[in-house]
Amino acid sequence: MMISPLNTSTADVLAAEETTANLLLPHTYDLVWSLVIVVIVGLVFYRYVLPKFQAVLDERTAKIEGGLAKATEAQEEAAKALEEYHRQLAEARADAAKTREEARAEGTVIVAELRAKAQEEASRIVETAHRQIEAERQTAAVSLRSEVGELATELASKIVGESLQDAARQSRVVDRFLDELEATQGDESGAQAPAGSSVGKEG
Amino acid sequence: MLLAAEGDGEFHAPTVADFFPPAIFFEGTPFEFNRVMLVRVIAAVVLLTVFVIAARRAKLVPGRFQNAIEMILDFVRNSIAVEVLGKENGRKYFPLLATIFCTVLVMNITTVTPFLNIAGTSVIGLPIVLALWTYVMYLGAGVKAHGVGGFLKNSLLPPGVPKALYVLLVPIEALQVFILRPATLAIRLMANMVAGHLMLAICFAATSFFLFDAAGGMKLFGAGTFVAGFAFFFFEIFVAALQAYVFAILTAVYLNLSVEAEH
Repeated sequence: MMISPLNTSTADVLAAEETTANLLLPHTYDLVWSLVIVVIVGLVFYRYVLPKFQAVLDERTAKIEGGLAKATEAQEEAAKALEEYHRQLAEARADAAKTREEARAEGTVIVAELRAKAQEEASRIVETAHRQIEAERQTAAVSLRSEVGELATELASKIVGESLQDAARQSRVVDRFLDELEATQGDESGAQAPAGSSVGKEG
Repeated sequence: MLLAAEGDGEFHAPTVADFFPPAIFFEGTPFEFNRVMLVRVIAAVVLLTVFVIAARRAKLVPGRFQNAIEMILDFVRNSIAVEVLGKENGRKYFPLLATIFCTVLVMNITTVTPFLNIAGTSVIGLPIVLALWTYVMYLGAGVKAHGVGGFLKNSLLPPGVPKALYVLLVPIEALQVFILRPATLAIRLMANMVAGHLMLAICFAATSFFLFDAAGGMKLFGAGTFVAGFAFFFFEIFVAALQAYVFAILTAVYLNLSVEAEH
């Protein structure tokens, strides 16, 4: 079953090779049609297809190169701007530092001035106060002296029953009293007793 | 054509007759038109339609379609033209290389295109025309660069060899430059595509035979041949691209041998 068809096919191949032309030798029509096709394809490719693609390719190359140049330019510009910005920033920082330094110096001066002024004011106030106190003390001493004299005289005249209307006498008594008073200033209770006794002696 | 074995209970192996189908019209004239010529015309029309549309819509910012086309052209420009010929000559000969690469690629790929199923390059005429184009271009480039004498001296008299050996070397080099280069270009391409077509056809014809005509357990072989055919299908796609690359890069190499300064 298998053998005979295969044998037949070998015979077929042999027969075909005998009857048909050699594979390596072209028929005229084969060359003619091949030439027609190659010429047409070649013409269309040479005249239209390849130049068109070449043009597009060249245009694209130009565009890309232009784009790259533009990008480089932009980058340079950006770098320049950055540098300018850095420079301005540094300048601003220096300015700020200088201003701060000046302000600090000025502040120091102001504080010193204020301190001096305050000192002066304080000493002035203290001096005024001292003077006022002194003046008031003297006033008090004067009025005290006259009032105490009057009071003491009145008291003494009431106690002694003797008129001390005579001004000269009165003044003498008062002065003596005060002198004694001053002499025994240290001890108040001690001073009280001699004053009383002196007034009594006077009467 | 691939599944020609269906129906009559016998295994029909593909034959070289596949590459010489009966004429469709103009039989017996130089313009005889058969199935392979039709496949070539269809492939050329598709190639031109795709590339012309891509070129017409070509924009600065490419879409997906334009990207794919440009990827092919960039491959030819960078990996073949500039790589082999250098920047200046690569740019000069890029149109030639791009046209050859695209033509060979599309004519090869028809070998795995459903309904076409045969490579436009599997009949020797087209490979010969393309190889002759390369031949004329590299001879012309050599003569233009060095003059006729300079080109012959460059090609036939390799330097650094004892003069006596030229008796041997000149015929060998002449054979190489004037006959073997174009002949191998054409035959390599054709033979690869013929072999690929036969392998694919045998696998699928065998699959058909085993599945429909073989008895009982023999049907299992059909699965094996089908898998093999499937594998060959992808292998053929690879071969189609590879042969286009080989043809284009050899063209670039021959051009470079012609134009480069004396060694």
